[in-house]
Amino acid sequence: MAKFTRGFAGRGQATRDPRLPPGQYDAGPTWPVLTAEVTPKLDTATWTFRVEGLVDQPTTWTWDEIHALPPSTFDGDIHCVTTWSKLGVSFSGVSVDTLLAVARPKPEATYVLAFSHTGYTTNLPLADVTNGQAWVVWDYAGAPLAVDHGGPARLLVPHLYFWKSAKWVAGLRLLDHDEPGFWEQNGYHDRGDPWLEQRYQGD
Amino acid sequence: MALPTRHAWEQATVVEIRPETKTAKTFRFRLPSAPALRAGQHYIVRLSAPDGYTASRSYSVASAPDGSSEIELTVERLGDGEVSSFLHDDVMVGDELELRGPIGGWFVWSGDAPAVLVGGGSGVVPLMAMLRLARRLGTTDRVRLVVSVRAPGDLYYADELPGPESTVVYTRTAPPSSTRAPGRLTEEDLAPLLLSDATAYVCGSAGFADGASDLLVAAGVPTERIRVERFGPTG
Repeated sequence: MAKFTRGFAGRGQATRDPRLPPGQYDAGPTWPVLTAEVTPKLDTATWTFRVEGLVDQPTTWTWDEIHALPPSTFDGDIHCVTTWSKLGVSFSGVSVDTLLAVARPKPEATYVLAFSHTGYTTNLPLADVTNGQAWVVWDYAGAPLAVDHGGPARLLVPHLYFWKSAKWVAGLRLLDHDEPGFWEQNGYHDRGDPWLEQRYQGD
Repeated sequence: MALPTRHAWEQATVVEIRPETKTAKTFRFRLPSAPALRAGQHYIVRLSAPDGYTASRSYSVASAPDGSSEIELTVERLGDGEVSSFLHDDVMVGDELELRGPIGGWFVWSGDAPAVLVGGGSGVVPLMAMLRLARRLGTTDRVRLVVSVRAPGDLYYADELPGPESTVVYTRTAPPSSTRAPGRLTEEDLAPLLLSDATAYVCGSAGFADGASDLLVAAGVPTERIRVERFGPTG
């Protein structure tokens, strides 16, 4: 249990939005941008998304091809490990389930490594990106996703800290083992459940 | 690369508070033991209320790794910032606060590889840790720093900047002694600083970081040698 800080009353538990996980605050209308790399300039004419690794049918979609898949929308909240949360957001794109239904993971596939056009990577258990929990999204609040927020398309895994939702996503590689990604190699947690405050390795 | 380590919350004692500007203060903390600190890392500060409510924010370390158990965090006071305003208005020397860190294995500098440090406003904080490390180690020939601020009153660490390896760029109001007209950072500002084979460390607001990254790319720095830390509005 935390020792309390002299003179600190805070803004109180009573008024705290129950949608906020522990240690998070509501960023309100702002949407902070946190990225470790140079923002890339990607052209949707040459953009691709690929599912590879331990799948029966490695598949690459172009921008037009992925847009021809059944659309899917997420309405809910996102949580960044730097302690801001953004409540009541809406993203549209395609469910990862739809993409995996085409590529067909092999039985031994248990993890995915999401990779971006920039070289960024992040690792996730396969079970965290299936059953309606993950998307590849290109619209935010009904408009094209801005490049500094990962446009033209990013991964969206809203039940985990937002660094798992790789910006400028290029694909998913299915693996039979967990392979730490960019932030995970730099001290961040391999799973990143905000409700368990899995921020750093060892949490 | 340092192995990820488990960081526990530690009770740290505030041993000194100094103003940097009208809106920024540096807090010097004594930790229970000396951390394995690297220049560019950050700590989390946690405030806890008697009812169990907590609020945490990350702040960059401004002091150079020196093997001691004391570190300095510079905190910008944000208008409605729950944590930053408490730190500025309520915390006194002698208070104990909970700290967790040091954190970060990417935006860090070893002290000897060539580095170009580009900071905007409060983004100078982790870069200052790097510059101070270079000065401590005597490796200033391998580092160049440029910091962009609106006006002289916005410059942190004014008594240590500028220097032989560091440049200050003013965007709105330059001091009378300045030969450069006020204006945004340009490629011409950066060109003389680009040490060969340097890794660039860019830190500032998202807008500053994108602008500075574009300038570095235009000046021929490969994107894989540009490391960026963007400061969001974290109050």
